[in-house]
Amino acid sequence: MINLVVLPIIVPLFIGTVLLLFRKSLLAQRALGLFGAAATLVVSLILLAKVATDGIQVVTLGSWAAPYGISLVSDMLSILLVTTASLLTLLVLWYSVYSLGEKRELSFFYPATLFMLTGINGAFTTGDIFNLFVFFEVFLMASYVLIALGGERIQLRESMKYIIVNVVAAALFVITIGYLYSITGTLNMADLAVKLGDIGSMGVISTVAIMFLVVFGIKAGIFPLYFWLPGSYYAPPLPVLALFGALLTKVGIYSITRVYTLIFTTDVVFTHDMLMMLAIATILFGSIGALAYMDVKKIIIYNIVIAVGVILFGVATFNEVAVTGSVLYLIHDMLVKALLFLMIGVLIFITGKTNLREMGGLIRHYPVLGWTYLVAVFALAGIPPLSGFAGKILILQGGLEGGFNWQSIVVALSTMVVLLSAIRIFIYAFWGTEKSFNSPPRASYVKRMVPVVILFALTMGYGVFIEVLMPLFQAAGTQLMDSSIYIDAVLGGEK
Amino acid sequence: MEIMMAIIAGFLFSAATYLILSKSLLRIIIGTGLLSHGTHLLLLTMGGLGGKSAPVVADGVTVADYVDPLPQALILTAIVISFGVTAFALVLAYRTYQEIGTDNMDYMKGRGEID
Repeated sequence: MINLVVLPIIVPLFIGTVLLLFRKSLLAQRALGLFGAAATLVVSLILLAKVATDGIQVVTLGSWAAPYGISLVSDMLSILLVTTASLLTLLVLWYSVYSLGEKRELSFFYPATLFMLTGINGAFTTGDIFNLFVFFEVFLMASYVLIALGGERIQLRESMKYIIVNVVAAALFVITIGYLYSITGTLNMADLAVKLGDIGSMGVISTVAIMFLVVFGIKAGIFPLYFWLPGSYYAPPLPVLALFGALLTKVGIYSITRVYTLIFTTDVVFTHDMLMMLAIATILFGSIGALAYMDVKKIIIYNIVIAVGVILFGVATFNEVAVTGSVLYLIHDMLVKALLFLMIGVLIFITGKTNLREMGGLIRHYPVLGWTYLVAVFALAGIPPLSGFAGKILILQGGLEGGFNWQSIVVALSTMVVLLSAIRIFIYAFWGTEKSFNSPPRASYVKRMVPVVILFALTMGYGVFIEVLMPLFQAAGTQLMDSSIYIDAVLGGEK
Repeated sequence: MEIMMAIIAGFLFSAATYLILSKSLLRIIIGTGLLSHGTHLLLLTMGGLGGKSAPVVADGVTVADYVDPLPQALILTAIVISFGVTAFALVLAYRTYQEIGTDNMDYMKGRGEID
């Protein structure tokens, strides 16, 4: 099927639209919502197999030749991200069936989530810079709905700030696209790469490159543009927070990776050094935040910021080993952040509190949650057989090969901070003297744990069987570092 | 002509920045409106302001006479998107005013209570 590339975008869009018709029926919302995410996962797995065997898949919409029409491009990086995003949406939706509450579920929660998946999958797949902006707005609009859904005071307050920040970022994005269009006269990413390669190094191109870093940095939460993230992510209910934490910042990281490996490669000394400095600063400030709080949500939220820094360090190093490591670590981070947020959700559900000082002694009654949480923290920190290890070791190897010695040491030390900050939750909440909570019924705890344990098993499998998946990541790294593969796949027809 | 438009867009941006940094919620939303006006004007300017005739196929107009049609399509898309976002932001500001009882951003922090 030639149009396979379109399916991960069309399927959630179509099912989300159908869901709007059944807004009163809880059963239809739940069943169709889960079905939509599952169907998206299935088509992205098929597409993943196709990309793995046949190389980059390109569809030009309406059969207009490449630089004139919109092309959708599915290379290894984008299809890996699309598959992971669909998988996480499915599991988080399953979790939210038990945890969100009927009132919110009936207020367009499932359609909004599917529309957000549409926008995210579209942003990962598109090969056109203005189309990327449109897909950004698609998932941002859905995320505005999700963050405000329920209308508690804190949600209203924080969603107002979230919207203002993102409106300004969107305006900057359009301005930057305008500048880029006036320099090159094209919007297709592959065509842009060719034209900018012909122009070569020029001051105004570096300016536009840095403007793109600012735009995507606001979405990704890099230093000093992460200021909105801790407050806004604190407001929404846990399943929404898990979706945001696992998916939204990663679209920003993906966009930075895409423009800095494909389009802006002529003045690497300036642009990538800038990215390197910002990545290191992001790690440092994220670490300070992660250690400063005794609030379980805040600790994991600041861990997002640290991971953003680590992944972008790999991108800024700009050699094949480090970029491959970044892709590995990116997928790992999506999985493990969703897992940790869901676990924190169960923890808050049991105790009714978010402050660590008010918790204690849960391991006696909730051993499954306790021990899986401990192993998940080890995976987050990157203890060898688990999922965070392979990516981080490649990033460090690439960093040392590229001569970024002290920066690599900072990245390695950040692992300690990650471990310390997340293990504190285990020590405070699960050990210590038992405190009394109005413990909820056992059955609802078990129900919530089912999707959590499945996600836990998948994350562990990702770490242990990384050898099997490695060819996919090596292909992703090769395609990212050698942009001619991408350009030939998109523009190959008329050359 | 382009320089003139660039100055006007720059003026819109500075006014928008000033308004977005103010305390009242409505002034901030007016600021985002000005910001999107400036953006769209800039997009039009960046496409070049040459050309004599609107990009509609008609008799007696040669290809060289047409204005670049692409920026106009981009602006049309961007206008609709910013319209949707602004509508949502206005309703949210209304709900926030009902719920929290203020439109002053200074009171929208901490625990959300006005003492």
